[in-house]
Amino acid sequence: MTEFTNRGVQTSEAVVLEAFPPPNAVRRPSRAMHPWLSFAIRRGASLIVTFLALVVVSFLIVQLIPGDPAFAIAGANADLADVERVRQELGLDLPLGQQFMTYIGQVLSGDLGTSFIYRQPVSTVILSRLPFTATIAVAGIVTVLLIAVPLGMMVGLLTRSGKRSWLDTGFGVITGFLDSIPGYIVATFLVILFALGIGIFPMLPPAYSTRMVAESFVLPVAALVIGPICTVSRVVRRETAVVLENDYMRTARGWRLPASKQYVKWALPNLLTTTLTLSGLIFSGMIGGAIVIESVFALPGLGTGIIKAILDRDYPVIQGMVIVIGMIAAAINLLVDVVLGLIDSRNLGGSHANA
Amino acid sequence: MQTRSRRTTWNAGLVSGLLLFLAIVVIAAIAPIAFGSAAEESGARQGPSADHWLGTDTAGHDMLLRSLVATRLTLLMTIGATAIAVVAGVLLGTGVWLMRGRTREVCLRVIDGMVAFPALLLALVVAAVLGAGGSSAVVAIGIAGIPYFARLTGNLAAKVSQQDYITTARLLGVKNTRIVLKHMLPNMAEPLLVLSASTFAQSLTAISALSFVGLGVQSPAYDWGKLLNEALPSLLAGRPYQMVGPASLIIITGIAAILIGDGLAAMANPRSSTKRAPALTVPSGSVLQQDDDRSYVATIKDLQISAGGVPLVKGVSLGIKEGEILGIVGESGSGKTLTAMALARLLPDGLSSQASKLTVDGLDLLGAVPARRMAETVALVYQDPGSTFNPSLRMGTQLTEVLTTHKNWTKAKARQRILESLRMVRMTQPELRMKQHPHELSGGMRQRAMIAAALSNEPRLIIADEPTTALDVTVQADILRELKRINRDYKTSMMFISHDIGVVRALCDRVLVMYRGEIVETIDASNLTEVQVQHEYTKALLAATPDMSDPLPVRQRAVPVSTDSTEGVLHV
Repeated sequence: MTEFTNRGVQTSEAVVLEAFPPPNAVRRPSRAMHPWLSFAIRRGASLIVTFLALVVVSFLIVQLIPGDPAFAIAGANADLADVERVRQELGLDLPLGQQFMTYIGQVLSGDLGTSFIYRQPVSTVILSRLPFTATIAVAGIVTVLLIAVPLGMMVGLLTRSGKRSWLDTGFGVITGFLDSIPGYIVATFLVILFALGIGIFPMLPPAYSTRMVAESFVLPVAALVIGPICTVSRVVRRETAVVLENDYMRTARGWRLPASKQYVKWALPNLLTTTLTLSGLIFSGMIGGAIVIESVFALPGLGTGIIKAILDRDYPVIQGMVIVIGMIAAAINLLVDVVLGLIDSRNLGGSHANA
Repeated sequence: MQTRSRRTTWNAGLVSGLLLFLAIVVIAAIAPIAFGSAAEESGARQGPSADHWLGTDTAGHDMLLRSLVATRLTLLMTIGATAIAVVAGVLLGTGVWLMRGRTREVCLRVIDGMVAFPALLLALVVAAVLGAGGSSAVVAIGIAGIPYFARLTGNLAAKVSQQDYITTARLLGVKNTRIVLKHMLPNMAEPLLVLSASTFAQSLTAISALSFVGLGVQSPAYDWGKLLNEALPSLLAGRPYQMVGPASLIIITGIAAILIGDGLAAMANPRSSTKRAPALTVPSGSVLQQDDDRSYVATIKDLQISAGGVPLVKGVSLGIKEGEILGIVGESGSGKTLTAMALARLLPDGLSSQASKLTVDGLDLLGAVPARRMAETVALVYQDPGSTFNPSLRMGTQLTEVLTTHKNWTKAKARQRILESLRMVRMTQPELRMKQHPHELSGGMRQRAMIAAALSNEPRLIIADEPTTALDVTVQADILRELKRINRDYKTSMMFISHDIGVVRALCDRVLVMYRGEIVETIDASNLTEVQVQHEYTKALLAATPDMSDPLPVRQRAVPVSTDSTEGVLHV
């Protein structure tokens, strides 16, 4: 659901950058410990904290249901026996502390419970859906980076120091407009244009075919990436303008380096920090997200899965998905930070909390 | 935020955004009353026609009317969710700021953690607890927006709280809550308003999304998302018209909110809307004269530089002899840097320059010069060694680049040469420095590295633009000694720019004094005493130097002349 991931980005990219200052901005005194070691310890600890938080949250989902959770879960048409069965199955009759200990024990041993609807382990349900979401999310973020970074840099270069103001304005208006259209509406337009009108790309949901057909992922990925491409290319454009003004670019000019080297080798690495930080956010949004897009194209991914689970009151599946999606998001954040650290070791000390 | 007079210029975006939004609000107010019952009239499914402009749905409801009627519910839900996010976000954000030390750190960490998470997950957790439905969608989207809003409010609060008036209020013992209400919130109002507009746009699409996937508004009620949800099967069956109404209303409302947000932001930040000076054409040549003095490494004749019609350098002519160190002194904006940059062909965009002659080492700089020739002829050392190196690349990678690019040397050979140069400028542990990033070196070390890079190419001319201004006094002396040594040992000509007349006198052979874009005096460095200089301005410069006998004065003072020279001044 792209509309969540770029929350606030649309009005001004500055907002995003304010929330996530590029780690370079914070220069920290170098500590005695090796930066990668302290990074590993810190991030390892925060992964554990994240995991525990997710377990607590998913545990609370059932506890917080207004009224008697067992009644709510069993549904309106359930008789008392059904309610009792649900109560026992979820262990709702036990004291809260004991429930939590049991739950956390199960989760730690890899047991996410059994789906009420499918009557199979939650982990099986999730694993069968994960590939679809992972495919469109990974294809999505790769597409976003491949298109947005060169596009943003090019516009940034062409419009530097106030040149070609028509391009500047045009780019701003077009990306602003496309960015403001929700992904699911983009999806419907794409369906009208391609699947119905021209018929190049099949609407056929991959699940119904024997293998995952590449063509049927084209439209979902396209719908997913148009907004983020606009967001990221705008940020890259702005950052390019900033980087070009820097003294080290003058140094490169002074050394008479060829233009290609100036832009690719000198400027690009300095754009990456911001771009990757932002892309990490967009990516983790995509992984959990594609929800609405998956609905439009009837892809049996995590998104449609969790919606169906909520509508079916299939709480074990909901709980399991919250933990899994959450951990995937955390893993992506970690991955981005590792990449940032590889680019510039100063990023390793980065704590966002520098307010 | 600058304390510039804030003109309430109503920009076009803001006006059109407000008008669009007003139209939507009017529809929201009127449509349910006017068309509420008509929208429920069922019949046969039809395509678009004169009676039903957007066709009807499967139950025969007119889609145009239903889209209009749905405006009220959609708008109310969006406003509700936005209000939750804004109010709770502001309370949390400022609340965190009011906390002390450790607690604040922990809370910021928690909010950070939540922001880094997909807001979607939070929304779904809330939806899972409360079940599918309109009000739970509002709560879910509202709550999902809180962390982000809190984070930004916290950032703003931190920024505002460093302002003088807040510090003063604190010193006076004003209570924290009062500081927040009286001093901080009013000063954060503008950015928060901008942010609220964007939160509104986001909430609109998010709430519609929840209804679209079936987790939001339930039948028989309908909002735009729900209408889209009902239209989806028709779309896949090849009847796309049912989508048009709700989809376009969602887009229009979203754009209205974004236009308002952008407009407010542009209003708050007047700089963003001002147009920059248009780029002008760069060097245009003219007559070449044949009075070439062979002993000059570099010659400039009648150099004029202007920015948008404002003259910055007014007809400067100079020559730099073989092995000479030519000093150029003058205050900021006197045109000394621009003159040097014109000689290096590195004038910034937006400036236009003209000269009747511009040569270095026999190269006519008014025509095209191959990059390699230029790189081997002129080397530069800049003012602030803190920013002249690329922070993302290792020193070795950067320093060897000139050699691998222009001399086509292998990495290893270039490395050897740079190591040599680094030793020449007496850099400590050169091998280690090559592996380090710029930020790991001190300012003095970076400046030595810059000089080493210049040396490695064996240039004919080194242009040093205030190379020691940003350095400590002791380091400054070291660097100057280094430059002097290079000049003595390798006979490299230098153009040394400074506003410190003492430094110039100690280092240079000949000195030009620039004032407001013109050379007002040329004098041998040894004659640079108050008795011998002619021009008033030079005298004033000299008078401002603390101690005449000290070869490297401790710290230059501001020159107490010409306070009215700010117009058209551009210091690069």
